[in-house]
Amino acid sequence: MLWEEEIPGGAHWSGVLRRGVVLRLVAGGDDANVAALFYSREQPLERYNMADTLKAQHIAHLTTGCVCYSDMGRILCSITADTCGWHDPLCGLTDSTMIAARYGTTRFQEQRNQRFVSGRDAMLVELGKYGLNERDLVANINFFSKVVVDEAGALQLAAGHSRAGQYIDLRFEMDTIVALHAGPHPLATATKYAPPAIRLQARRGTPPAADDPCRIRCPENARGYINTERMYSS
Amino acid sequence: MKGLDEVVPAGEPWMGVVHRGQSFRIVDLEGNQAVDTLFYNAGDTAEHYSAQNTIQAQGGIYLTTGTVLLSNRGNAMLRIEDDTCGRHDTLGGACSAESNTVRYALEKRHMHSCRDSFLLALARRGQGTLTKRDLPSNINFFMNVPVTPDGQLRFADGISAAGRHVQMSALMDTLVLISNCPQLNNPCNAYNPTPIRVMTWDPA
Repeated sequence: MLWEEEIPGGAHWSGVLRRGVVLRLVAGGDDANVAALFYSREQPLERYNMADTLKAQHIAHLTTGCVCYSDMGRILCSITADTCGWHDPLCGLTDSTMIAARYGTTRFQEQRNQRFVSGRDAMLVELGKYGLNERDLVANINFFSKVVVDEAGALQLAAGHSRAGQYIDLRFEMDTIVALHAGPHPLATATKYAPPAIRLQARRGTPPAADDPCRIRCPENARGYINTERMYSS
Repeated sequence: MKGLDEVVPAGEPWMGVVHRGQSFRIVDLEGNQAVDTLFYNAGDTAEHYSAQNTIQAQGGIYLTTGTVLLSNRGNAMLRIEDDTCGRHDTLGGACSAESNTVRYALEKRHMHSCRDSFLLALARRGQGTLTKRDLPSNINFFMNVPVTPDGQLRFADGISAAGRHVQMSALMDTLVLISNCPQLNNPCNAYNPTPIRVMTWDPA
């Protein structure tokens, strides 16, 4: 273990994860949700791209074997383990209007650090620490949340999907700025703002071998690794 | 305000302003063309169409008549008033040289792509205020990208046809950015990119 840290429920976090490090996200309670965004540390204009991630792998959910693509045909991180089974890449963030309507209005003056922070505000704060702003706020991942799309296109958040202690491992393939918010999913129906904490555990990983499950999942991913490895070749 | 009526060949970008209250129509002239489209608040381009805000608010991923296209700040930008195609895509994004290397083959990098059209249009606009930073997930009008209940994404044959159109009314002054898709590698446009017609007009 390189380091370990807890994001309290409702709080936000950012940091740099180096190529080769595995970040484990552990759900601190049932029905967890953590919004996540990824940017290249070297050139943050290169960033996680929902559409390219879905198209390359023909998926509308994320789990073991899937990778998170940048908009430049490279892999920011790979999902090397997942005990939850389904993570939502579609539904975006909460905003302050939605949070106030659903959970009530709070202010630091009264609620102190128990105030209800929206996903959009959380991300704007973390991105601002790297000179990034709303122009950089692209579609995010909601880890630990499952959203099913029916034949007519309707979105349904699966109730009771994630359980305390479930985890997902992200192996970083590029030096990456990671921004996280341990906040409610935008489609959550609970009337109480009580998102569980998320535990972060960073470990040194091993480079993806020729038969790495993420690499061999599909020919697209094999090419994604080639693009990524070319950038780091020296 | 003077209306616009232009034909945009496949592989070309198009930019124009639709003023608040005006109607905006895109016609799929020959059928099954993919029209990659972004909308910006013409007065403050950091505000733009947001797929996530839009699908959250309507509780579904496909766009059709009645859909209100929302911005990243949660404001209503345009409303779809008429749609003879029936379903438009919010998830597939734009093709790019780089994603083409992943999706098809490394040597496909040099084929024309929507993102190259987007970038050229933004560069030609010349104000320097819109760059690659301002390319969020776009709409693909006339494109059929179904999601299955088990979480798979499919690129299905198109459901559009020659002459079908989608028509919106602008709820704010909107800058439109279109790439008329040049993709030759998948069935999104039946492997045959074709022209579109774009029209704006004042309310009657």
